[in-house]
Amino acid sequence: MSSEFAVWVYLSRTPLLWLTVTLLAYLTADRLALAMNRHPIANPVLIAIIITATVLWLTSTPYATYFDGAKFVHFLLGPATVALAFPLYEYRATVMRALVPMLAALLVGSVVAVASALGLGLLLDIPRDVVVALSPKSVTTGVAMGIVETLGGDPTLAAVLVMLTGMTGAIVVTPLMNRLGIEDRRARGFAAGLAAHGVGTARAFQVSAVAGTFAGIALGLNAFLTAILVPAALSFLR
Amino acid sequence: MVVALTLILVAQLLGEALAHGLGLPVPGPLIGMALVLLFLILRDRAPGGAERVLPRPLVDGSLEATGKGLLAHLSLLFVPAGAGIVGRLDILAAHGFAIAAIVAISTILTLSATAITFVAVARVLERGKDPR
Repeated sequence: MSSEFAVWVYLSRTPLLWLTVTLLAYLTADRLALAMNRHPIANPVLIAIIITATVLWLTSTPYATYFDGAKFVHFLLGPATVALAFPLYEYRATVMRALVPMLAALLVGSVVAVASALGLGLLLDIPRDVVVALSPKSVTTGVAMGIVETLGGDPTLAAVLVMLTGMTGAIVVTPLMNRLGIEDRRARGFAAGLAAHGVGTARAFQVSAVAGTFAGIALGLNAFLTAILVPAALSFLR
Repeated sequence: MVVALTLILVAQLLGEALAHGLGLPVPGPLIGMALVLLFLILRDRAPGGAERVLPRPLVDGSLEATGKGLLAHLSLLFVPAGAGIVGRLDILAAHGFAIAAIVAISTILTLSATAITFVAVARVLERGKDPR
């Protein structure tokens, strides 16, 4: 065994290596996104994931080994969600003024998210258990997996679909809103958070603090409403 | 920063305890968010000033700075979970790429419906206030 290889074997088992790889991948992705003027296609989450996945694949590192280091970053998702209270408090006057439009958009958006997934699923003859995993795709992973599990679907499939939805939403939201002629940052942010949960919220915060604040509110409210809507909608489908 | 982080973690812990204890369908961190919001409201409304009772970092703006620091790189926090999803894309392929198409169409419909409703209702409300 060469000594370089021995060093590699040692390092690849420590959390330090994979935590550093995660941070480096993100910094590279963020630089790239900045160089492309934060163009929606250059989504830092997507680029960082591609870089990280490529490194894991090239080094044939099992995900469990990787996660042992990356879990320190992953853990911060919870505290960051709690921290959404700060922009919400800072912009409370703006938020309170938009209470009625927000609640209307929440109701319509949440119903469209669940109904369109169910409707398209039935239309394309997707098996019922897959439709179950598809219906809460707009809410955060934890909530979606919980809903799907209680309804007898596959939580792992749900997690994949949630992440796919988040990426799609975060990339598509800016050009779509421009095309629709919607300039209101509150509306744009609220839509991003409702349709694309945390990944959409991360995108919204890149654009403006107000958009991010409204995205955070939408993420929270939609998690709650979807948890009620999905079981109700599925009970109609036998 | 330690005081601020402690407050955030305590809020999350209480949130998790409430969510699991009462079987609420909302994740613990979201309840934690509501608790911090409540804390901020009470702190600034307290008569005579909360400065005298609370540790300094909770009143001098470092709490807010820590919170914003956590949110500044929200994108980073999705990388570990996202990298795990890449390895499970086979499960998507197994179910046919019709699902990917549904995800795309449904997401576009949801984004549009949400934003259009928001803007339309806001406009109606503003119009109601204008005359006079």
